[in-house]
Order: sequence, then structure tokens, then C-alpha cells
Amino acid sequence: MSPVLEVSDLTVSFGGVPAVRGVSYSVRPGEVLGIVGESGSGKSVASAAIMGLLPPGARVTGSVRLHGRELIGASQRQLAAFRGKSISMVFQDPLSALTPVYRVGDQIAEAVRAHQRVSKENAMVKAVELLDLVGIPRPSERALAFPHEFSGGMRQRVVIAMAIANDPDVIICDEPTTALDVTIQAQVLEVLKRAQAKTGAAIIMITHDLGVVAGFADRVLVMYAGRAVEVGAVDDIYYRMRMPYTAGLLGSIPRVDRGRQPLVPIEGHPPSPAALPPGCPFAPRCPMRVEACDDREPPLFEVGAGHGAACIRWEEVRPDGLARQAAAGDTSRLRVRGERTVLAVRGLVKDYPLLRGAVFKRRVGTVHAVAGVSFDIRQGETLGLVGESGSGKTTTLTQILELVPPQRGRVVVLGHDTARLSRGERTEIRRDMQVVFQDPLASLDPRMTVHDILAEPLRTHGRPAGRRIRELLALVGLESSHAARYPQDFSGGQRQRIGIARALALEPRLLVLDEPVSALDVSIQAGVINLLDSLKDRLGLSYLFVAHDLAVVRHIADRVAVMYLGRIAEIGQVEAVYDAPAHPYTQALLSAIPLPDPVRERSRERILLEGDLPSPANPPSGCRFRTRCPKFRAELTDEERSLCVTVEPEVRPLNGATDQGAACHYAEKRGVV
Amino acid sequence: MAGFLARRLLNYAVLIVVAASLAYLLAAIALDPRSNYADRTPKPPATVVDAQLTALNLNDKTPLLQRYATWAGGVLHGDFGKSVAGASVNEDLKRRMGVTFRLVMLGLICGSLLGVLLGAAAAVRQYGWFDRLTTGVSFVVLAVPVVVLANILILLASWANFRLFDRQVFLVSGEYSVGLEAGFWGHVVDRLQHLILPTVSLSVGLIAVFSRYQRNMMLDVIGADFVRTALAKGLSRRQALTRHALRTALIPVMTYFAFTFGALLTGATFTEKIFGWHGLGEQLINSIFTNDVNTVAAISFLAAVSVLCASLASDLLHAALDPRVRA
Repeated sequence: MSPVLEVSDLTVSFGGVPAVRGVSYSVRPGEVLGIVGESGSGKSVASAAIMGLLPPGARVTGSVRLHGRELIGASQRQLAAFRGKSISMVFQDPLSALTPVYRVGDQIAEAVRAHQRVSKENAMVKAVELLDLVGIPRPSERALAFPHEFSGGMRQRVVIAMAIANDPDVIICDEPTTALDVTIQAQVLEVLKRAQAKTGAAIIMITHDLGVVAGFADRVLVMYAGRAVEVGAVDDIYYRMRMPYTAGLLGSIPRVDRGRQPLVPIEGHPPSPAALPPGCPFAPRCPMRVEACDDREPPLFEVGAGHGAACIRWEEVRPDGLARQAAAGDTSRLRVRGERTVLAVRGLVKDYPLLRGAVFKRRVGTVHAVAGVSFDIRQGETLGLVGESGSGKTTTLTQILELVPPQRGRVVVLGHDTARLSRGERTEIRRDMQVVFQDPLASLDPRMTVHDILAEPLRTHGRPAGRRIRELLALVGLESSHAARYPQDFSGGQRQRIGIARALALEPRLLVLDEPVSALDVSIQAGVINLLDSLKDRLGLSYLFVAHDLAVVRHIADRVAVMYLGRIAEIGQVEAVYDAPAHPYTQALLSAIPLPDPVRERSRERILLEGDLPSPANPPSGCRFRTRCPKFRAELTDEERSLCVTVEPEVRPLNGATDQGAACHYAEKRGVV
Repeated sequence: MAGFLARRLLNYAVLIVVAASLAYLLAAIALDPRSNYADRTPKPPATVVDAQLTALNLNDKTPLLQRYATWAGGVLHGDFGKSVAGASVNEDLKRRMGVTFRLVMLGLICGSLLGVLLGAAAAVRQYGWFDRLTTGVSFVVLAVPVVVLANILILLASWANFRLFDRQVFLVSGEYSVGLEAGFWGHVVDRLQHLILPTVSLSVGLIAVFSRYQRNMMLDVIGADFVRTALAKGLSRRQALTRHALRTALIPVMTYFAFTFGALLTGATFTEKIFGWHGLGEQLINSIFTNDVNTVAAISFLAAVSVLCASLASDLLHAALDPRVRA
């Protein structure tokens, strides 16, 4: 079959700084090409260049042929005729991809009418059909709604509906599920597969998530510093990679199906496009670097049938990361839990009033953000608090950090009940409980040097800074010369290390980590996870680790608590919960996470959850999960269901388990990963 | 929506009562109509002055609250009392309101429309020659006082009348030519000729403000994801920019539009003075000089009503344009 889209030697630069440097690939009809790379690798810019959607300052050279017709240098009019008709696009952020002032149906109908001569009524009929196809319930009714009345996952479905409105030949998906929760991601990927089956289009799937690509793509292109560094069939890339970068990337991903082994981060950080190293751009970070690497940039060597790798030592590259991990096996840690409790939360409740009206504020409802959460953390232990957006994990965290009496329930931090704290005690606890935030740049004052940032907590508590700062920098793997610089001079991973150093300045006993690695690229993330792990052992810390990424939690936590709609669904030891989850929600959550392992990923059966998270202002009666529960829907009898509808289940320890409990009337262990 | 409107209107009624009462009380305390009689020759006897002031409800020997009650009673019946000269305030203001309203409405519509268009066009080609030109001119216009601007306009117009048209095309004084003998259309043309210059001088400043504001709003949305989506589905750049970007960027500007209207109603004073229009702004200044308590209070009342009407209009416009606030 002749390729539908051929890209050759595509180059994009912004004001003389190259973002994409000679990328070539082709896609055949019905094929799925995955383009993976970290932020700044040029993967999104390359696809925007194909669509002609780059900002005016960009200079594009090379060739993009769609059905043999050149797109680079085509007039805006010609491009507009292609866009949405032959090539369409699905964007990353569904929340901002739709015009807020028009009805959803009208926006889809507009896409139809842009290329087909049909009446407004017929276009609307087609729009409703498309909404039905992408799985939006009651499509004729929902077509009249505005984008703000849709959830993120639903909006992404609308964007997909718009993309397939004119039966395109190529659909470019730019990180289509990155902004979504895992269970919603699984739904949207399913919709994309259905859309592809319907239109027979080729899909270019751009993502940083090697798991998503493993199950979805036929071929994979790995990008680094604006170039394709490895390209090949999906199995070649995952099992027989010939480029050290690909091997490093796969070695650094935390996996939900593997137990706790140290991850192998890639040294250093991606080069700035304005100052590329001589020779191979990956050489400075490469474990296999030799002198010849710096001589010139390696071309894409043909290393197998349809498999290319840009490395002069490709013959020596072995997927050793995988081999080593398999050999290491699962080191289970059935440890006895520590004696001393550092944090205990009992029946924590937090409601927010839902207000309406600008002048006369009136309460129209209550958001039950946290509705009775209990857990504890012992000395030297890490509890991972996981959940999707809206599950109440951030509210739980802020309730603990605030150190004020909770609305209901009890919070005991380091032996002090927050309901009975004096001012002095509160300050003392603040010293012993520190926090690391999600966004490393936003949480560091850009006008303070690293020295000042680290000295601030010390000064506040009247301690000498001086030597301690050098110690802290060494502790998190930074150099003491870094103290004079400002946060913007550092890369994302280094900034997060500064954040961790600041939290450690006062030698706390409990560290609260709010999504500390979710803003980082995988190769960087692995280093920070390893650092946190080693710090815990060395300093005897306890962590409350809040995250939405279950794979990261598996790597760092001893125990895990899964939250759903303000309550804990399942809690227990990491191995127990991940290997044999007992709550249907945990099972669905774990099964929704894509594995970076094509063979297993293709053979896996997903438990797909239906619909979105219910509003926390109006949770279902009885068990909160029952409206989406696959067990409730398919396995239980009517008699059994009535218990779910009427009685809210509490977390109960499971029979025969040492440390695992689930809030389900019919909990049953099941392996899903 | 109906409930929302009813609550809003009630709220506004309260605000208008408070604003008008405060305006009256302030004017009644600060202004001294009695001094108007002091420099008359021959000096009228004190009893006559008192009688006259009492008749006009301006006598400062009557307790303030009693005067206020009399005034408020009149206002409730739609009567704003009498001016110091004894004429009806209602009659005078009704005429002047028409004058000011005509000028402000036209100036505001021209100013905002042109301003929005210029601002949007400037944003589309950011840092292009057009953007730089409008930016430069806007700042010059904003820096020059209306008085200077209006006089420059008058000079330009008379030069144009003299050199370009060789007859009076732009008329620089008054609302219409007195004693003009021409049919209906003749009068219309005459009024338009009088209207052009004041409208332009009022609009120029507004165009400058609106174009700056619109430019920034437009720049915010031009890079937005939904504009990219619109392009990706095959709309032309022009369609994407007008239907998606401009339509969304209009929302904040519309709220600004309504508020400007309220502020302009009494703010067109200089324009009215220079072009010899007898509007509200001019009268407000005059009445303060003549210690005319009732006229000052009435104009303040009108200003309060128009500001609140404008604010209501801005809320309604906002709701009409933005589905997110309708819910």
C-alpha cells in the first residue's frame, strides 16, 4: 500500500533556533504511528507543522506529502481545504480546545459544513450521529449543551467527533489523553480505536507515555532533541531497541506491574535547542558514550527490516534495562509496621458550600469533598494516597497541612491532636512536618537565590543557615556552587530537588508530597523518585505521598490508600493491593493503566468504567461507586444490589490478609495487572 | 433569569434612592442660593427673599430634613422642583437630556465599533505596521486633553470648509442653524452637519481606549486552543478569527462598553461647551455656579439612573454573549 502521508526531512525553526531537525517518516492507510519523546523533543511542533498551524514566526522546510501532494509552502486556502477533511487533529487540552460561546453540536456541524455542501439541519443531524458514535449519552440533547457543561473526557470525545466529521485519511492526536484521568484515558483510547475502525484513517499518536503507545501503535518513532533517534515496529522498539536513549527511557518508567526496584534514570537533562552538544545530542547523557560520539551527529542506521536507530554503537545496545529488572525479580517486603504513629487521621470530613449569586450569595448545595477518611502513617513508612481528580486527595492533604481543628473527625500529627493546639505547638509541628509541591517552578520564588530559598525556613525557626545549606544541596545531589543561582537557571528535575531540599532544611520527621513528580519527564522523574527513596532510608522520614499515578506510588510507597469521591475505597500494603485488589474501583483503576509492554498490553482485558465521576455535591446513596461499578452492574443479583444502594460500606479488613482492607460489601481479590 | 432580574432591579432601586438622597443633601448643604440675592441692586428685602426661597423649596431657614421631604415627595411624583430662576427643572432637563443622549449615543457607538475593529485588526498582525501605527496614535490621543483635540478639529474643519469644499460642510457651533428655511431633509442635513465634529471629538478618545482594550483581549484569545481547533477543522483564518476569536474576545469589552455609557452621560461636558451644545454636562457646571440645588440634585439623579441602567445592560449583554454566566 502506498503511504497516505510522507514526511521527509522536515525542519522547523523559531528565530534561528531549531525545534525540529530533519524528521522523516511515512504512514500507510489504517496504520497507527506512535511518536514518543520528552517535552522539548519537537514532537508536537513537527505535527503542527504538517497541519500548517505553527505561529507566524516559524520557518518550515522539507516536504510533507499527503496523497502525493505537497503541503509545505501551500497557500492558506489550499491548507484550509485539507485541514479537517484529509488530515484532522485531536489536541491535548480538551478544556480549552472548544470555543466556550458556541453549542457543542454547532461546533461539530461547523466542521461538517466547512467541507460538505449540506444544509444546517443536515449538518446538525450528522453532528448528533457523531456524538453518538463517540459514546456521548443522549446525543441529540447534549448537542445543544455548551462546552462548559461537559467534563474533560466528554469534551475530548467531542473533539474526536469533530476530527472524524469528514472521514479524514489521517488523524493526528497530540497527547490526546495526557490531561485526563486513567479511567477516562482508557475510555477515550477506546473511542479513538472505534473512530479509526469507522473511518479507516491512519493515526499519528503523539505522546510521552510509552504505555499508551505500546497497546495502540503499530510502529513507533522516538524523538530526541528535534530528531528521530529510533524508528521501528512497536515490538522492535520495546524488545529489541538499538538506541541507548530508548533503552534508558524504558528503564526509567515506573511500572505498575513490577514491584519496587530502583529505577534507572537517564543522567542529566535534555539539551536546550539553542545550545546542542556537538555530535550526537544524546552523548552527554549516554552510558555508552565513546569519543567518536562527539565527532558528528549519527544518521539513522538501518539496523533491521524497517528498524532504524541513530547510534554508532547500535550493535552493542542491549535491552539490558529489561533483562536486569527481570533478573532482579520481585523483592517482596513483608515488613512489620513501625511502632510509632506519626500521622493519624480519623473520620475526616470537609464540606464546601456551593454558592450562587453575585450580590445575594445563597447556598445551593454542599460539596462533600472529603466524607470520612481514616488512615495512619507509622514512623519510616510511606503512604501513597491515590485517586483521580475530584477524589478529595488534595483536600485531605490541605486539611492535614492547615493544622486547624477539622470540621469533623480527628487529625493527630506527631502525637498532637490538631483540635487542641497552642500557637507554640503549631509552630513546632510545622517544623516537623514539611511539604513538597507539585509545580517546582511555581513553588519557588523567582526573585530569591537558591541560598535564600533554603535559608528562609531556617531563619524563620531561628537556626543558623551557613553550613546547613551546603549539606542540603549535597543531600539532594546538587552542587554547592548552585546556591548563588536563581530557580529559573535550573531544569525541572533540579528545581524539584531544590523544593525537596527546602522541605528537609528543618530536619522534619514527616514529609507531605503533593504530586512531586507529575510535572517531570519520565527520565527525570526516575531520579527524583530514587532520591526520595534513599532520603527516607537515610533520614528516617515518613512520607504522605499524594499522586494520581499508580505506577509511581507502587515504586515508592509501603502502603497505599485509594480514594474515590471523598472516601477511601481500598487501603493496604502496596504489594497486596496491586497484586490482588479487592475493591472493584481499584481493579478498574489498575486495569486502566497502560503497560509499556506491547505483548502484554495487547493481550490484556480492560475493565472499562462507564461515565464520569459523579458530582461530589450530590453523591449516590449507599456505596458511592455503585453508579459506575462493573460488579454492581453485571455480577450482583437484585437482592445483593439493594445492600449497595442503601448502606455505605466502611473499610473492612479482608479475610486472610495481613494488611489490606476494602470498602465494598462484596470485596473479592482479583489480579488485574 | 426572571428571578435574577427582579432581584437586580430591586437592588438598583435601593441604590438609586440612596444615591439621589445623598446628592440632594450634599447639594443642599454645600450650595447657598441665598447668596444669589446678595449682590442684586437694589438689594431685595429679607422677607421677599425668604418668601421666594421658600416658594422654590430652597430656604436654608427651613430645616434640611423638611426640605428633603418636600423634594423627595416631588420626585416621587416625577417633579424635580424649580430652578433658582423659577423655571421647571423637568422641562429644562428633558430638552437637555435629548441633546446629550444624541451626542453620547452616537459618539459611543462610533467610538466602540471603530475601536473594536481597529483593536482586533491590530492584534491579528501584532507588531505589524498597522499595530504600531494604532498603538502610537492611541497613546497620542489619550495624552492630549479633549479641549485641545476639539479645537484642533475645529481648525481642521474650517480649513477643510475653506480649502476643500469651498462651503460650510462642517458646522462648528450649536445643535442646528437658527432660522433655517429648508424642508424636512434640509433640517436633517443641517443637524448632521452640526453633529459630525462633536461626535468625532467624542469618539476619538473612545476609539483609542477601546482599541487598546480590544487589542489585548484579542491577543489573549488568538493563541487560544479553540482558535487552533477552528483552523484544524478547515475554517479559513478569517473565519476562525472572526467567528471564534473575535466573538469570544468581545465578551469583556461589552461589559466595558456599558460602563463607559454611564460615565459619558455627564462626562461629555467639555465637548458640549466647546461646540455650544446645551446638554446636561454644561448645565451641571452652570447650576453649581448659580447655587441651583434642585438642578444639581436632578442631574445627579439622572447620572445615577444611567450608570445603573448601563450596569444592568452590561450584565444582560454579558449573559447574552457568554453562556457560562447564564447558568
